[in-house]
Amino acid sequence: MMETAWSLTRKRSTLQIRAGMIRAIRRFFTDRDYLEVETPSRIPGPAPECHIDAIPSDGWYLHTSPELCMKRLLAAGYPRIFQITKCFRGKERGSRHIPEFTLLEWYEGGVNYIRMMEVCEELIVSVAHDLGHEGDITYRERQIAMHRPWERISVSEAFKRYSCVSMEESLKRGRFDEIMVREIEPRIGTEGPVFLYDYPVALGALARVKKMDPRVAERFELYMGGLELANAFSELTDAVEQRARFEEELKSRRASGREVYPMPEKFLAALPTMPESSGVALGVDRLAMIFTNSASIDDVVAFTPEDL
Amino acid sequence: MYNASDLRKNLKIQIDGDPYVVVDFSFVKPGKGQSLYRCKLKNMINGSQFERTYRSVDTFEPANLKEKKMQYLYKEDTKYCFMEAETYEQVYLTEDQVGDAKGFLSDNLDVEILFFGEEPLGITLPNFVDLTVTVAEPWAKGDSVTGKSKPIVVETGYSLQAPPFVEEGEKIRIDTRTGEYLTRVKE
Repeated sequence: MMETAWSLTRKRSTLQIRAGMIRAIRRFFTDRDYLEVETPSRIPGPAPECHIDAIPSDGWYLHTSPELCMKRLLAAGYPRIFQITKCFRGKERGSRHIPEFTLLEWYEGGVNYIRMMEVCEELIVSVAHDLGHEGDITYRERQIAMHRPWERISVSEAFKRYSCVSMEESLKRGRFDEIMVREIEPRIGTEGPVFLYDYPVALGALARVKKMDPRVAERFELYMGGLELANAFSELTDAVEQRARFEEELKSRRASGREVYPMPEKFLAALPTMPESSGVALGVDRLAMIFTNSASIDDVVAFTPEDL
Repeated sequence: MYNASDLRKNLKIQIDGDPYVVVDFSFVKPGKGQSLYRCKLKNMINGSQFERTYRSVDTFEPANLKEKKMQYLYKEDTKYCFMEAETYEQVYLTEDQVGDAKGFLSDNLDVEILFFGEEPLGITLPNFVDLTVTVAEPWAKGDSVTGKSKPIVVETGYSLQAPPFVEEGEKIRIDTRTGEYLTRVKE
């Protein structure tokens, strides 16, 4: 008798928790009258962002997130929508990255990113409850305190507290990403989940600039157990500014010798009718890592590209 | 020439004329930010280590190493002895040079020994090795479907997780790149 594939057999309980988690996410949004939508995985071009590479597909590209199509729905009068979908990003492979991954994305009209922080809290607490977690969660010997509200710290404050250079200085030196990874990420959220908010404008191509402080955009990232779990914006709804921001991104891509994507004209044409809104993209695989106490993203998918 | 995206554990590159091996590697990418490749590198000649973060634009020269097919013979004190089958030429590697590979070395295993000039520096293992289980708890039937695992030890002293039906005296196949159990081997 052939022996069954042990690498798959041993993932059974993890895959069961993952499936339960996705059911719980779906229930959360359905109970709150969000419409579940499906948008195409193959699109003419992704939202132009300097550091996100799309995988070509027969003249078009596999989507890197469902953002453009979901915002067109938002603009067409669907104010509460969510989607759980596979997304694809080239050259991203590590213990927290896999080129084909699962993204949960949701949008809501009439709210800003501050309200979306609360929705994130409600969602994850609700999913944890459905999976049988009451109170704190342990992830890799790390206690995650789940009681709300979760900590909120601005990027600028985090640089002040944990790095020897300011946010502005790190941008000027072109060292923002390195400092974020080496100095800041390891030091924030040691007690519980944390929202890092108000990123430099250049790092949120589709986010609205903050009225009170035009250096930053209304964007947040949710970190939990040391994992970057979700990214959110108060959405930029000004088509002229959005076009200019995309052009900046395309310019950076051209300058660094990367593929230059077509301007998403239909998205830009729809933007003027898009209401004030906020949207969140949450990495489903990474959330599964937390609920299954897994060290690597490889542990929470049945197959990695290397297994095929 | 290697690109940053080629970096991975055990890759050998040349820096300032010396061969270095990547002993620890992680790919990181802060949200909306650029890809960063964090490496711990070890000088293969003097053993000194340093950490560095590379960007996707960085490129690397492959280490100028020659590989020679040799057989593992035995361990004497802290030295590991290998022999070229045709010439009977023998070389020794230190425990440090053998590194994690020591858990997979069984007698007469064919390996590639890396030379920098005339000097042996390291070892490349075959992707799969077959080793005999020396320690395993008896099988409690029914566990195999649930995906439960149990710790076992193989002849080299290396310990790993395996399915519950694996028993002492059986031969198993291990993937040396991940160190994980693959299947039982019937002889």
